[in-house]
Amino acid sequence: MAELLAEAEGITVRFGGLVAVNDASVPVPEGCIVGLIGPNGAGKTTLFATIAGFQKPNAGSIRFRGADITRLPPHRRAALGIARTFQIVQPFAGLTVRENIAVGAHLRHAGRADALAAAEAVADRVGLAPLLNLPAASLTVAGRKRLELARALATEPQLLLLDEVLAGLNPSEIRDMIPVIRAIRDGGVTVLMIEHVMQAVMALAEEIHVLAGGRIIARGGPEQVARDPAVVEAYLGHGAAARLQGGAHA
Amino acid sequence: MLLSSDILIQAVANGLLTGAIYALIALGLTLIYGVLHIINFAHGALLTAALFAAFFADRVLGIDPWISVFALAPAFFALGYLLQRLVVWPASRGEDRAILLVTLGLAVIIENGLLFQFRSDTRTIDHPFGFDVVELGTMLLATTRVVAFFAAIGVAAALFVFLAMTDTGRAIRAVAKERLGAELSGVDVPHIYAVTFGLGTACLAVAACLLLPSYYVTPQVGNAFVLVAFTIVVLGGMGSVPGALAGGLFIGVVESISGLLYGETLGQLGIFLIFILVLLFRPQGLFGAKA
Amino acid sequence: MRDHLAPVLIVLALLAGVPLVVDSNVVLNFLKVALMLALAGTGWNLLGGYGGQFSFGHAVFFGTGAYAVAVLQVRFGINAWAAFGAGIVLGAVLGLAIGWLTFRAGLRGSYFALVTLAFAEVARIIASVWPLTGAGAGILIPLREGFLTLQFGSRAEGYWFVLALLGIAMLIVRAIEVRRFGAQLVAVRENEDAARALGVDVLRVKLLAIALSGGITASAGAFYAQTFLYLDAGLAYGPWISVEALLTAIVGGIGTVWGPLLGALVLQALSELGKHLGGDAPGLGLVLFGAVLILVVRFAPNGIVGLARSLRPRRLARG
Repeated sequence: MAELLAEAEGITVRFGGLVAVNDASVPVPEGCIVGLIGPNGAGKTTLFATIAGFQKPNAGSIRFRGADITRLPPHRRAALGIARTFQIVQPFAGLTVRENIAVGAHLRHAGRADALAAAEAVADRVGLAPLLNLPAASLTVAGRKRLELARALATEPQLLLLDEVLAGLNPSEIRDMIPVIRAIRDGGVTVLMIEHVMQAVMALAEEIHVLAGGRIIARGGPEQVARDPAVVEAYLGHGAAARLQGGAHA
Repeated sequence: MLLSSDILIQAVANGLLTGAIYALIALGLTLIYGVLHIINFAHGALLTAALFAAFFADRVLGIDPWISVFALAPAFFALGYLLQRLVVWPASRGEDRAILLVTLGLAVIIENGLLFQFRSDTRTIDHPFGFDVVELGTMLLATTRVVAFFAAIGVAAALFVFLAMTDTGRAIRAVAKERLGAELSGVDVPHIYAVTFGLGTACLAVAACLLLPSYYVTPQVGNAFVLVAFTIVVLGGMGSVPGALAGGLFIGVVESISGLLYGETLGQLGIFLIFILVLLFRPQGLFGAKA
Repeated sequence: MRDHLAPVLIVLALLAGVPLVVDSNVVLNFLKVALMLALAGTGWNLLGGYGGQFSFGHAVFFGTGAYAVAVLQVRFGINAWAAFGAGIVLGAVLGLAIGWLTFRAGLRGSYFALVTLAFAEVARIIASVWPLTGAGAGILIPLREGFLTLQFGSRAEGYWFVLALLGIAMLIVRAIEVRRFGAQLVAVRENEDAARALGVDVLRVKLLAIALSGGITASAGAFYAQTFLYLDAGLAYGPWISVEALLTAIVGGIGTVWGPLLGALVLQALSELGKHLGGDAPGLGLVLFGAVLILVVRFAPNGIVGLARSLRPRRLARG
């Protein structure tokens, strides 16, 4: 297996008495697309926020290229090469698409002209080039998801964290997005995506971690995870795996 | 410094009397905040306007503030209702920063309109009970202020009951808690917003009529109260009616005692410092996730 | 990058020519006060317009700049120019201190507005009782005309001085607009979390903005003290200056280089109109200000600059 680019180890997050994430570990090998899936309320978003630096864990550590970054705030992680998107898109509504992406590009480019040029190049990669001059507020949902992606990419990350970037898209929009994400990985960016849309993750990820009730309950390749009875139970309810098996025999 | 316990008790009592008025003013502010989630910067100017209204009712029409309150409270309710319906909401389109500016604009207009009309002279009325005192143990308390204290507490209690018991009150609380849900279940949200703004403004009319017999009027007088009211609202928890009441009484006592110890100006300074410190160090605890 | 500065320089040059062709004291005084307000507004605009942090208490910077100049000269015998520079630095340091307290506590929106208002009031009360600032009696800078004492004999010189201050401030803002810091500042205004995720150190950006903002508005206060030579707590820290600082920017065009200058000219004209209509009764000018504020928020949220752009969308859309 490839060398680890990043690793979340033994992450626990509590909100008052509620344990949202319980001793979860997610290794992210360099050059891969890693999926993190799980039913609603499994703690995906919390674990994701912890890796991105928006949530402090009660226990556990996050390492990136071997260095402990558990205590680093989000902007320092971005500087190291970790970028994220938001499930609920967070555009700079008053700015144009170009200016939105340029904010990300400024992380590596001090000059305005350089940053704008970099923004245009990124817009090309995600298919936003024709919309560069529009106000971000005027984009459709699919357009905003692409904008999230473009801004994150503009920071020239080594690790890209995608928070349900396919949620809210219709099937044809999802089909359009899949090659974009694959191309990002092929361009040398490691991707960790959390996703509710199972099929899309199955198509994209080389390795999948399944979170349920705050714990990692299964991990492996897409085929392997899909057949895992624990995963089926987590998604469909207690006893579902047995019923499905019974159904197959009958 | 040594203070005789008599003086101290007297200061505490006076603080409580002033505090009840503060509480009433803060109540209007916190009600508007709790429901509309806006800070009404025009609150102080509206209080000044109410004081002028009560003053001229007394001087020109010869109606005692304790009587005119029954006309002024509904009149200011209507004024608040219309301001929200016709000015604040349409002009700001419900956007936070715009609301801030619109209420600031209203404050500037009202305050300076009064200044233009009446200059900055200080005006007072001669109230029939203006020099009466109530003896309570060793304390001497101004009758007008004692009446104001009980009236303010009474109005606060009535408001509490109104919010708890009536249909409109329930609708107000529903909108405060879950605007969208209330809207979906048929509550006319713009109407409720305006009613709330009206109630908050009516509180000011009551406060003004209670204040006038023992206080004075100038076009800037509301400013002195409004930052105190903000402090109380922040202390008591934004949007909390009992919090405003307790906060008002507390600040009244703090002001009275620190005024006794350090003089009036520095007493005011103490209130602002409390305000800043609370905002800086207990923000989330005092107004939830809103900040 | 120089192209961006050219329009500002041209307008400044034109304004600098005014005293050469206009001899009227009325006109020059009008412009002098308008430029001073534009300067205070330019400071507010950097933090409020570009950074989205609405201060309702910019008088705290104006007054501190003013008192610094007066107190350092009168009580400590420091040279007027040095005192002027110290006033600006003090404004910036005070901005940093207030920013450090409030932004770290996470205060935004209405709460930031409230707490800045409270800081200005605290400053006003302190200045009204502290012997160093002359307490209730105020402080008088002795009249000594001369270059070294920064007291100009002719009106034109004072006018050029405040124009130079405003010019520097506008060029600073213009330069920020086309740099990384400007992009990050606007990003913070639009969405803090998204900015953070893109590597923006939100606290640092806000602190830098409030420090520059405080310094610029303090320079307006310092100019006020040096021009009128008398200060008291109400003049230096009065709520009117907080209101006018934000009004100039909002009426002229929030978050634009030109906004404060255009807004200040319009507001100063309104204020004169108020004096004309209201005679010696105060207040009418401010009533007009309040009405204009509400009308602008309602009908022209991007102020005069926004109106101009909507008339000529093609040419100015990206300016």
